Amino acid sequence: MPREVMEIPNRVEHLAILDPEGQVDSELEPDLSDEFLLELHRWMLLGRRFDERMLRLQRQGRIGTFPPIKGQEAANVGATAVLRESDWMVVAFREAAGELMRGRSMEDLLLYYGGYNEGGFVPEGVNNLPTSIPVGSQTLHAVGLSWGMKYRDKDDVAMVFFGDGATSQGDFHEALNFAGVYKTPVVFVCQNNQWAISLPRAKQTASETLAQKALAHGVPGIQVDGNDVLAVYVAAQEAVDRARAGEGATLIEAVTYRMSVHTTADDPKRYRTDDEVDSWEARDPIRRFQIYLKAKGLLDDETIATLEEEIDQQIREAVERAEAIMSEPVDALQMFDHLYADETPALREQRQELADELQGKEA
Amino acid sequence: MTRMTMVQALNLALTQEMEKDDSVIVLGEDVGLDGGVFRVTDGLLEAYGENRALDTPLGEAGIVGMAIGMAVYGLKPVAEMQFSGFIYQAFHHIEQHAARMRWRSRGRFTVPMVIRAPYAAGVRALEHHSESREAYFAHTPGLKMVIPSGPRNARALLVAAIRDPDPVIFFEPKSIYRAFREEVPDEEEVMEIGRSVIAREGKDLTMVSYGAMMRPTLAAAETLAEEDGVEAEVIDLLTISPLDDTLFTESVRKTGRLVIVHEAHRSFGPGAEIAARVMDKSFWYLEAPIKRVTGFDIVVPLFAREQAYLPDADRVLRAARETLSV
Repeated sequence: MPREVMEIPNRVEHLAILDPEGQVDSELEPDLSDEFLLELHRWMLLGRRFDERMLRLQRQGRIGTFPPIKGQEAANVGATAVLRESDWMVVAFREAAGELMRGRSMEDLLLYYGGYNEGGFVPEGVNNLPTSIPVGSQTLHAVGLSWGMKYRDKDDVAMVFFGDGATSQGDFHEALNFAGVYKTPVVFVCQNNQWAISLPRAKQTASETLAQKALAHGVPGIQVDGNDVLAVYVAAQEAVDRARAGEGATLIEAVTYRMSVHTTADDPKRYRTDDEVDSWEARDPIRRFQIYLKAKGLLDDETIATLEEEIDQQIREAVERAEAIMSEPVDALQMFDHLYADETPALREQRQELADELQGKEA
Repeated sequence: MTRMTMVQALNLALTQEMEKDDSVIVLGEDVGLDGGVFRVTDGLLEAYGENRALDTPLGEAGIVGMAIGMAVYGLKPVAEMQFSGFIYQAFHHIEQHAARMRWRSRGRFTVPMVIRAPYAAGVRALEHHSESREAYFAHTPGLKMVIPSGPRNARALLVAAIRDPDPVIFFEPKSIYRAFREEVPDEEEVMEIGRSVIAREGKDLTMVSYGAMMRPTLAAAETLAEEDGVEAEVIDLLTISPLDDTLFTESVRKTGRLVIVHEAHRSFGPGAEIAARVMDKSFWYLEAPIKRVTGFDIVVPLFAREQAYLPDADRVLRAARETLSV
């Protein structure tokens, strides 16, 4: 019996289209309309400004702990942009720019991180699963959704987001494995932002890339510059096309960087250097996209300033609406709602118990 | 009516629900080609194809996590855990998502899913195959926890579980999978989840049990009638959560005495909750301390000592007589 090398699929592509200086590789440049490019830019900028505003609100004690997305706007928006309404978006917790693009409102995000369950409500017709904090678990829900799409003969897709840390979880591997076996229309988007709180990417796994983890499951993997919205978009579009054509799942590793804190309760100075953060500032996804759009004659300083004003106004109004709700006395009894379709006898008793207690306090 | 075992009755429930509704999908390890290791899903693959009786890779988190996505999509997955001892690999999906999806999406998304699992001791099985950990699930807000005690109620409750709009953990006492047969109606029969039943009427003593422990409990009740002239009222919970406390709290008002029987561990087990409800609602009627006959607070031993671990009719009888002697 011979001992020989087995040829197994082991290829991972790396894709970058727009370099950190905003120079485009014209051979790889996607053919996108001016309107669409400006739309991508608008959502990225809104994501950034909203994030900054959330951080200030948190520091002022006006909302609770939240995980900023700063630096990951291209990964968020480039991937989400390929989805259509009937597709499903399955998020972790660092996808606010993408979620806004998909119809989650800024008020709801503010309410959610302001401690109001109301903010978890997803409007009818918006196929986004709510924020999923247990790392990596949501990957399997996307597989289930996509299994349903295949079973019902729809050409929709499920796109699921998670971070580099999630690739160490069993759920991530079970999800890729199940998706591989059933060939379901699902796109795995790993936002590799280099840090899982204090654990750097190099200590998360000995793999050279995260994209290659798909290969063992019979699923293709591609690594893209996650700060390059064009590269993310192109990879996501290819993955979605494959999924719609019945060719199954894809894993996209978007190499990006968490420019801010893990959550507002975190102090990154304990584990990473300012130099490292500065080196990634130079690779900012928004700055490079603006250079590109300016070179194409789609943006100039004046139009950017106008857009900034519009966005600022939009955010201000959303904060006002959310704070108006948060300034009202909270209806504590609402916490009993929506546990079951029909309230159980024990819950009815407990709801009454609290209602009586609250009434006693008022009297 | 057909006389059948619990395995056959469960199979009937699955078959009839799959026949009516193409959103019902059975999935799990070996549920298709093999028909399930206990044959509960026998014949479903042949009848409904590999997309309806879905053999999955070996991964409990994968099965339950995927089933959650399927349920959110509008399907009605019936996921099988091959043994309840392996449900812990999926526990995080049950606790973090299945149980809360409706609540945290404020009613937008629901998880109408059933997780079936053979559970409990008494069949000389391997380690990790004999536990009774229903309390974990009964303790988790957002879940329902059902345990049938015979073929007929197993069938009627599984139908209800499949139709339930919320996630139901359905534990099947495997020691009575084939231990006895009952007449099961061929036509549709559904029992409401969240309702206990009186399995034997009596006036002198209340006994509360469920699952496989109903048999030793009822046997003890018969002995009490024959040897002691005592008529015990025996209540079969059928649903552990949401717990129906109406029958047993009323019964205790009549009898003044209560014995609770389950093979789950004693501390923090369902018996503790039952006793607390009785203290809340029927305390002034009690004539004697409440007794619990339960599994001990140890890891379920390998099968050489299994029978010593499990409550039996003698143990129930002793507890009942102690209660009656006060």
